[in-house]
Amino acid sequence: MFETLQAFLSSFLFEWLAILVTLVIQAVAVVLPIMLVVAWLTYAERKVIGYMQVRMGPNRVGYFGLLQPIADAIKLMNKEVIFPDQANKFLFIIAPVLAIAPAVAAWAVIPFAEGMVVSDINAGVLYILAVSSILVYGVIIAGWASNSKYAFLGAMRGAAQKISYEIAMGFALVTVLMIAGSMNLTDIVNGQQGGMLNWYLLPLLPMFFVYFISGLAETNRTPFDVVEGEAEIVAGFHVDYSGMTFGVFMLAEYAMMILISFMTSIMFLGGWLSPFEGIPYLEAAFSWVPQLGWLAFKVSFLLFVFLWLRATFPRYRYDQLMRLGWKVLIPVTILWVFVVGIMKYFDFGPWFN
Amino acid sequence: MTFELFIFYLLTAVATVSGLMMITIKNPVKAALWLILAFIATAGVWIMAQAEFLGLVLILVYVGALMVLFLFVVMMLDVNISVLKEGFTQYLPLGVMASIAIFSMMYLVVGPEHFGIDVTGEPVSNSENYNNTKSIAIPLYTTHAYAFVLAAVLLLLGIVAAISLTLRRRPTTEVLYQNIDKQVKTLATDRFRLVKMASVVEKAIPSKKEDEK
Repeated sequence: MFETLQAFLSSFLFEWLAILVTLVIQAVAVVLPIMLVVAWLTYAERKVIGYMQVRMGPNRVGYFGLLQPIADAIKLMNKEVIFPDQANKFLFIIAPVLAIAPAVAAWAVIPFAEGMVVSDINAGVLYILAVSSILVYGVIIAGWASNSKYAFLGAMRGAAQKISYEIAMGFALVTVLMIAGSMNLTDIVNGQQGGMLNWYLLPLLPMFFVYFISGLAETNRTPFDVVEGEAEIVAGFHVDYSGMTFGVFMLAEYAMMILISFMTSIMFLGGWLSPFEGIPYLEAAFSWVPQLGWLAFKVSFLLFVFLWLRATFPRYRYDQLMRLGWKVLIPVTILWVFVVGIMKYFDFGPWFN
Repeated sequence: MTFELFIFYLLTAVATVSGLMMITIKNPVKAALWLILAFIATAGVWIMAQAEFLGLVLILVYVGALMVLFLFVVMMLDVNISVLKEGFTQYLPLGVMASIAIFSMMYLVVGPEHFGIDVTGEPVSNSENYNNTKSIAIPLYTTHAYAFVLAAVLLLLGIVAAISLTLRRRPTTEVLYQNIDKQVKTLATDRFRLVKMASVVEKAIPSKKEDEK
């Protein structure tokens, strides 16, 4: 579809301009649905947590409060953006941009279905890891540019936490690469064909949990949201942000949540593959579900787990958080790299053939 | 101009400008940020040269981890620039001599006569299925395995040295240490005890007003 568009555009434009326009259209086609999901994810979060705490959640704007995200967006856009007196104004503005740019850029390599991907590159997993490692700059620069003690403390905590959990995350990805033999996300999903038992969930069960927990820490969600820690440091790194600059930080956080859910489903839960492959009657009964439908189902479940954990757990104490990252998750991942190596050597189960 | 060439010139321009800004700008935090931009642009150039593994690892290691720690240090230090500038003219001749020496050595090693199509040959364009990661990994773990292991041991040594330099235990009279393992393993029974006792019934206080109603 995009090739024909590009061919049409290059018939009357410069070649590089035609490619650029096509790329922009592709980016919008991916980013716009993500932003809509982000908007209603905030609604889902408030509703889910509301029902868990035996209250209604938003129910005034629109039917069942369904238009609440739009009302919130209009409110945020109309609010005044305040610049602290001693803040470094340029960095203060660029920090939310640095927070959201990697969260959006990472979507370039995520496959939504067989062949439905903007850029099907060989080093897809590495790209995701590299891009999400830039994410930390939004937090650090926001904390420093605000010229406030609370914001700076929050930024310090956030940066140290993200760097620590990135190591565990990277090792969890290494085990996936070992089992799949490829860094291409489409190849990783296709390696899991043949029903639920062939998913990488079973041989990499500890890594699934390590990856998801590290994902919680990467996105600063409870129980790892010491970056915001409102009881200790007001609201952390974005204490001085108001209006849409604050809104952009929230957009980035939710976009990263969705990204982590997508990565978890692609690498451990078979991506867009049906869980009933190879089961005689169920496979036929569910053959009408599109590939994107299965992926969306798995992603929504993981997103629900994000919200569920937020309503369930209290916040970690900072030293315990660091202990979990360095002394529990990283040793487990290193051990599992060896376990996967042994499983690979002996062609264990249906996963390594 | 093809699109690739356009991107190449864009990335190289960003890399050059940010490199210059990094050494000329006064604020050390901003200098570190310009250096990060230079790294990202260089990684882009590497990716364009079909070395996508190296480019992404450059971002992952240098931008994602190393420069974050560097920024930490620079942000925490209260650098007084006016003190640093003292004696600038006094040291200028020595500095100029040192920089001339360094640049002339660099010119001898990486001067223009070492580059160009006639020296390096035409760049090899690989097919679409070319996997940069594999073509780095195979020689790394076969022909250069010993050097690779040696480098790993060296890095491990660095980690151990850095930790042992900063690790200090102070007597418990000065600092209170937390035993997190013990804290995590705590059970509810360690924290409180249920006591059985006869229930005490409070005497009802007669309220005249309510009785009247």
